[in-house]
Order: sequence, then C-alpha cells, then structure tokens
Amino acid sequence: MQALYAQLLVGLINGSFYALLSLGLAVIFGMLNIINFAHGALYMMGAFVAYFLLNLFGINYWWALLISPLVVGIFGMILERTMLKWLTGLDHLYGLLLTFGLALIIQGVFQNYFGSSGLPYSIPDQLRGGMNLGFMFLPIYRGWVVVFSLVVCLATWFLIERTRLGAYLRAATENPTLVRAFGINVPRMITLTYGLGVGLAALAGVLSAPINQVRPLMGADLIIVVFAVVVIGGMGSIMGSIITGFALGVIEGLTKYFYPEASNTVVFVLMVLVLLVKPTGLTGRAA
Amino acid sequence: MPDLPLAEAPARTASAAGGEILSVANLEAWYGESHILHGINFSVNAGEVVTLLGRNGAGKTTTLKSIMGIIGKRSGSIRFNAQEMIRTSSDRIARAGIAFCPEERGIFSSLDVRENLLLPPVVRQGGLSLDQIFDLFPNLKERLKSQGTKLSGGEQQMLAIARILRTGASFLMLDEPTEGLAPVIIQQIGHTIARLKKEGFTILLVEQNFRWASTVADRYYVVEHGKIIDGFANSELQANMEKLHAYLGV
Repeated sequence: MQALYAQLLVGLINGSFYALLSLGLAVIFGMLNIINFAHGALYMMGAFVAYFLLNLFGINYWWALLISPLVVGIFGMILERTMLKWLTGLDHLYGLLLTFGLALIIQGVFQNYFGSSGLPYSIPDQLRGGMNLGFMFLPIYRGWVVVFSLVVCLATWFLIERTRLGAYLRAATENPTLVRAFGINVPRMITLTYGLGVGLAALAGVLSAPINQVRPLMGADLIIVVFAVVVIGGMGSIMGSIITGFALGVIEGLTKYFYPEASNTVVFVLMVLVLLVKPTGLTGRAA
Repeated sequence: MPDLPLAEAPARTASAAGGEILSVANLEAWYGESHILHGINFSVNAGEVVTLLGRNGAGKTTTLKSIMGIIGKRSGSIRFNAQEMIRTSSDRIARAGIAFCPEERGIFSSLDVRENLLLPPVVRQGGLSLDQIFDLFPNLKERLKSQGTKLSGGEQQMLAIARILRTGASFLMLDEPTEGLAPVIIQQIGHTIARLKKEGFTILLVEQNFRWASTVADRYYVVEHGKIIDGFANSELQANMEKLHAYLGV
C-alpha cells in the first residue's frame, strides 16, 4: 500500500508539471495559433536560470520562483517580437517548425556548455524533510510542488476566465480583428500572452530543479508527454488542460504500481484512443 | 421606450456644431488580390445620420471596414476630426473615437453578456452609463449572465450596439443593424438610432432596407462597384425614388 501512495504522489508531481506546461501551451495556442515546440526548452531554461541565480549571484530558491519566470518570459517575448510575429496567419506547420528549431538551438547551446548530465540544485531549507501522514511518508518539498502548482494553475484559470484582462484574452482568441477595432492593442497582448505561457513553463522548471536536477535535455524528455497530454485534453480549454495534466500524471503513477511495464506508454495509448474517438480532445473545441 | 437622460449630451454636442467630422477621399481598398473600392468620396457632418445604400457586394461594408482600419490594404485619405487616419492602426482609430458594429455582430461566445458589454474600453468621457444602456435595452439587463451567443438575434444586435455606446466614441458605424430581425425589433432599433442622434451621436449606417433607413437618415450615398455614384438628402428621397429603384434593383 505504501508503494501505491508513493506512486500516486509521483503521479501528482508529474501531473503538476504536465498541468503547468500544457496550460501554457493552451494559452499560447489560443492566442497565437502556434504549437509552441520550444516550450520544453524554455522549461529547461527556467531551471537553469534558477541554477545560475543561486550559484552566480547567491539568489535563493524563493526569489528564483519569481525572477526565473520573469527572465524567461522576457526572453520569450523577444522571440515572439522578433520571430513568431511574422508567422501570423500562416499554417500551424510553420510555427511548429520554427519553435522546434528554436528548441534544438537552445538545447544545443546549453548542451555545449553543460553536457548532458545533471547539475544539482538543492531543496531550500524551509522545505526539507518530510511528514509522516500515517499511511505514507510525504517529503515536504514534493507536497509543496503539488500544492503550489495547483494554486498557480487555478490562479491562471481565474485570471483568464474571471477577470477583465482575461475577457480581452478570450475575446481576442475568438476575433482579434474586432477586439483591436475596439481600441485594444492586440499585438501587445499577444506578446504578453506568449510571455505568460513561457513564464509558466519556466516556473515549472524552477519547481522541478530540486527534484529532477538541472539538465539541458530535461525539457526535451518531458515535452513529448506534455504534447500527448495536450492532445488528450484538447487545445481549447484552460480548465481542461489543468485537469487533464493532473489526471494523466496520476494515471501514469497508478500504472507504475499496477503494471510498471506500461507506465511510459500509457499516456500515448490514451492519446491514440482519444484521437480515434474524439479527435478534438476531451475538452477541446472543434478547430 | 423610456426617455434617455440627456445629462451626458454636452460632451458630444460640443463637437457637433455641424462641421465635417469624417471626410473620405479617393479611398481604395483590397482584399488580398481583389480590388474592392475604386475611389470612394464622401463626407459626414457631426450629428448627422448618413446611410450608405447599394447592392450586395457594392463595397459598403468594405468602406466601413476601411474607415475602421481592418482591411488588408487601403489607400487614399480618411480624415476624422481633421486627422489623417489612412495609415493608423485600428486600435488607434478606435481610441480616436470611432466605434464599429459589424454586420455579423461579433458577439463573443466565450464571454457572457456582461463581459461582452464591458469589453470595449472607454476611450473618452461622455459615454452612456450602464443604467442608460439598460434604459435603452431592458432585455440585456435580464440576461447579463447568459453566454453572449445564446441571445436571440435581436438581443445580440442590441448588445452589439449597446457595447459601443459605453465607450464615449461619438462616431458610430453600424453595418446592417436590421438584417434578419423581426419587424418589431427593427422598429426598436430605429427608435434607438433616433434617440442616439438626438443625443448628439454621429452615425454612419450601411443598410439594404432604405424604407427603414428613411425613418432615421439625414442623407444617403449610393455605392456601386466600389464607388459613390450618387448622393441626396432625406428630403429628396421621394424625388429620387425611381433612380434608387434602378440602383438597387428592387
């Protein structure tokens, strides 16, 4: 039983990263119509920025949670302004190819300097140790990751679905021309949206640094699964991508307990099934 | 129809001394490769209701979209309040005080009625308050929580007009506001436009239904093949009826 709970926790943690990443992908896709293949590389950059902050400037984890998403978000906004912007109105394929190329370049640069092995990033003192919950032992940092991710996901959902700024975003996703004709600077909103999506990826990167170490390919490994999550959940829905992210993490964890051989493929099997039955994804809208 | 309180009127009528507020000269516009407007010339005076008439595909909607800056390519001159707008982006045109209600109404399905209503930002003082808007369109008040596109066609049209009245823009462009609506609702929209005119709004209307338009318009222009081919005042409508039937093929 202990092992089951442990796998459930691992599932929830992976689910946190899936949710944060697929949420960003969904927001970016909605607004820019771009399938952001650079997402994994930007997640990795988030972890590296935290690593640099700590080792070069002595800036701790808590500040990294704030600074790293900002730095990577600004980097993303520069990418948007200088490159992605020119793809407006073109087929999805162009955005996919461009961001895939960017991902390879970013990962290549980091691999060139840091190789493929992991750099250590230690758990902040306040989150060390664990709690005995009676039925299982909960490492505090892991609990923190799940709770914090959930809070960030829900806050993002609130921002998009319940605020005035979010109404602009939703409206511009539907009809950017008309929203602009109401006097809203839509190009600037698009840039900020990309920054937001990318910032969420960087935040996930910082959260994962103490668990998974900091590696140039950490995003490349993860992003494949995240895209499967996005396909299953559907691109259109914010809440859908959050729920699907967590749910698939848990399903993966359970598979690790009941049938470990399938744990790496279960998400893709589900993806194939969903594509066969409901090609727009479980919560997605028709394209 | 309740009377609209006129408290906000002075802000608009200050500029509504009757001078030329919009002047369009040699306006040409393209959708991709196709050349739609071939030199449109007309003007609108402050406080007027001007109607563009013409067959389907004549270029009326394209004229409005060109003024709003949401057409691929345009050339010529569009002067609004003596400011050249031909190279201005649509968000700045909106901030200069032009508001647009598109033919397809453009109600957002991912927004509820309240969010749709509050979406266009206020660009200047003097817009209608929410209470004044609910006075004009009582139906909207009861449906604030509904999804925007769950409203009936008439309610959607009211919402599309209502949301641009809040912004303080004094120059409204309405593209076929009566299209596909029941006669009783068309009548209500007519009353609304008459009231807005009294309030000092300037309105540029595109309309197929010139009998309805004649109840609100001061002047008409006839658009054909991307050009203005005729223009006359409402008082000259009867005298021009025969010509008009020929232009519009009705």
